[in-house]
Amino acid sequence: MTVGVLALQGDFREHITMLRSLDVETTEVRTTGELDDVAALVIPGGESTTIGRLAAMYGLIDAIRERVVAGMPILGTCAGMIFLASSTGDRDQPQLRVLDAHVRRNAFGRQVDSFEAELEIKGFEEPMHAVFIRAPWIEKVGADVEVLASVTDDDGRSHPVFVRQGHILATSFHPELTTDARLHEMFVALVPGV
Amino acid sequence: MTATLPEKGTDKVKRGLAEMLKGGVIMDVVSAEQAKIAEEAGACAVMSLERVPADIRAHGGVARMADPGRVAEIIDAVSIPVMAKSRIGHFVEAQVLEALGVDYIDESEVLSPVDSNHIAKRGFTVPFVCGAKDLGEALRRIGEGAAMIRTKGEPGTGDVVEAVRHMRKMNTQISWLTTLGPNELMNAAKELRAPYDLVVEVASSGELPVVNFAAGGIATPSDAALMMQLGCDGVFVGSGIFKSGNPEVRARAIVEATTFYQDAEKIGKVSRNLGEAMVGINIDALPPSEMMQNRGS
Repeated sequence: MTVGVLALQGDFREHITMLRSLDVETTEVRTTGELDDVAALVIPGGESTTIGRLAAMYGLIDAIRERVVAGMPILGTCAGMIFLASSTGDRDQPQLRVLDAHVRRNAFGRQVDSFEAELEIKGFEEPMHAVFIRAPWIEKVGADVEVLASVTDDDGRSHPVFVRQGHILATSFHPELTTDARLHEMFVALVPGV
Repeated sequence: MTATLPEKGTDKVKRGLAEMLKGGVIMDVVSAEQAKIAEEAGACAVMSLERVPADIRAHGGVARMADPGRVAEIIDAVSIPVMAKSRIGHFVEAQVLEALGVDYIDESEVLSPVDSNHIAKRGFTVPFVCGAKDLGEALRRIGEGAAMIRTKGEPGTGDVVEAVRHMRKMNTQISWLTTLGPNELMNAAKELRAPYDLVVEVASSGELPVVNFAAGGIATPSDAALMMQLGCDGVFVGSGIFKSGNPEVRARAIVEATTFYQDAEKIGKVSRNLGEAMVGINIDALPPSEMMQNRGS
């Protein structure tokens, strides 16, 4: 079984490198035909408006949504989380709307507010080194969504940055920019036959 | 379940934003209206400046940082990252742009340089992108703290020949470094006029330690795909879009050609009926004194 990485724009190569380091067969997905050949999909970091528009242009929104509804495991990081979510705070943009969560884009601020930190994650023994770049956070989640990690902002409010809804995983940060493969291992474990 | 010890302005987050721009097109814009057109067309970021390079050439005189009011309008108009150009060595322009909240600063040869010293970029929280004609120049800029590199090309000409030359030279020099033994690397650093530690790093990894985009003279979807096939991580388009006959359509076509850069059929399809490309200037017709790429090396 092959895991696909959506390769329209963004840091898809880093996800591929990470998955291959786990001996998972991995391929780039740019078309609906290529989507048919994969058992799971990663939506990488990048610009969510760029990825969303290209996906809409090439019929990938409906095609991916159909697969996810039918049970295909999917992981989205940063822009990928935005792409998965049901809604965003600002303007309308093409989204899959499969993750029952309201996401706020650039929630931590602009690039000068991008940061890295040690992040405690539910189920992980050791914290994870997490890189947040113009990152979103989650404002509201549905009943089926489990929060696996949160970050507290300067006002002391806690915001989910890693959630799971069954076979859907989404992070605000970029595990693919580190050498810590635990989150990808967790994702791969959801894929039957990998 | 909380994060501890958040660190801002690290190499990782500076270089990381460039990683997120990969496979995308960064478009020069001079107004909020153009920025919206660029975002709508799928640009992964916009570059805010006073005049596009072709107009800087035509206008002559001193080219400076854009009006901060204009930059602020562009920041408010779009949700994608906003970059802005400062003059080479003009660290106060860079300070002003950082305070405005731009996401990346391009210390750019397109504007008039003010110093033979480049900006000490490590002192900033905002990341910098710099132009380079070859590996030595790229590593000197990275040594100063640049978190992203782009070819210089020859801006404002619509002629991609110089961008190709710079990319090929970079590739050749990186391949050459990987063939050298440890006892040859100091001499290589001397030849490249590059920091020794970075030379050692590139010799062992076989790639630049930061993202490398193509820039300078890209005017058509095929130009963008050419640079991607030569190994660039993404492209900057300066005058090529808003000096062309139909900016909306051309912008979209260049975005698609950058994503599907290996698919000749798609590139051909998006290249149909784009209207007039920007009027080009042949590089051979430019006297060396008017070559922007020779500024700040």
